[in-house]
Amino acid sequence: FVSHNALPTYFLFASFTDCFSPSSKRQTEVRGVAKVEDYTLPAYFDRRESPLPDIKFVQQLSPDQKSLKEKEKGSWAALSKEEKIALYRISFKESFAEMDKGTGEWKSVVAGIFFFIGFTGLVVLWQRNYVYGDVPHTFDPEYKQKEVQRMLDMRINPVEGFSAKWDYENNAWKK
Amino acid sequence: MKSTMSLVKPAMRGLLAKRLRFHLPIAFGLALVAAVAFKFTVTEPRKQAYADFYKHYDSMKEFSAMREAGVFESVRPTGK
Repeated sequence: FVSHNALPTYFLFASFTDCFSPSSKRQTEVRGVAKVEDYTLPAYFDRRESPLPDIKFVQQLSPDQKSLKEKEKGSWAALSKEEKIALYRISFKESFAEMDKGTGEWKSVVAGIFFFIGFTGLVVLWQRNYVYGDVPHTFDPEYKQKEVQRMLDMRINPVEGFSAKWDYENNAWKK
Repeated sequence: MKSTMSLVKPAMRGLLAKRLRFHLPIAFGLALVAAVAFKFTVTEPRKQAYADFYKHYDSMKEFSAMREAGVFESVRPTGK
């Protein structure tokens, strides 16, 4: 069975049985052509580091663009400013300024960060109220007062720190 | 556009040396300033504070006060 895709011209025999004649040309017979995937073809990229992409941006030219390309073959001084820009846009999608422009995505990112930090705060608040038990008795105000008194009695940091701020004569914090 | 005159050749060598010549004196200067500032805002006042504290420090009086407050385990307050 001979496929009909891209047959060499010398292979057009008159009868079917001629295809089975022992000829070395049969080894070059084409069985079929694989489908060409898009990603295997040269692609267009807007990249600062490779300024001239493999293909032009616009592949199918409109009639206006075709006539403009013909005009481009002449003197470039005859081209108007709009025509030059149109030729640029045929070859390239974005200018360097356009491709380098920031997207403003950082604002969404920062907004998301703040939002989830806030949500985490709510989760932590719920956790404090519904998961954790009471704090130890050592946090009671009376207990804390006794702790402070004991620290003052022991003269903790009397030169520059804790007890230095207490007035022992008048039994009060120094003003 | 630039066919009649050529562009200035950019600096190809000594880039790090040039940067260091500029930044190292600044770095050393700032470090020195930081050290001097710390000395005169922190260490000297602290030394003075300790000197003032111990100039009129009566250790026996302080000891008696602490003893009466009951913070020691080796001596109890002079109570009944």
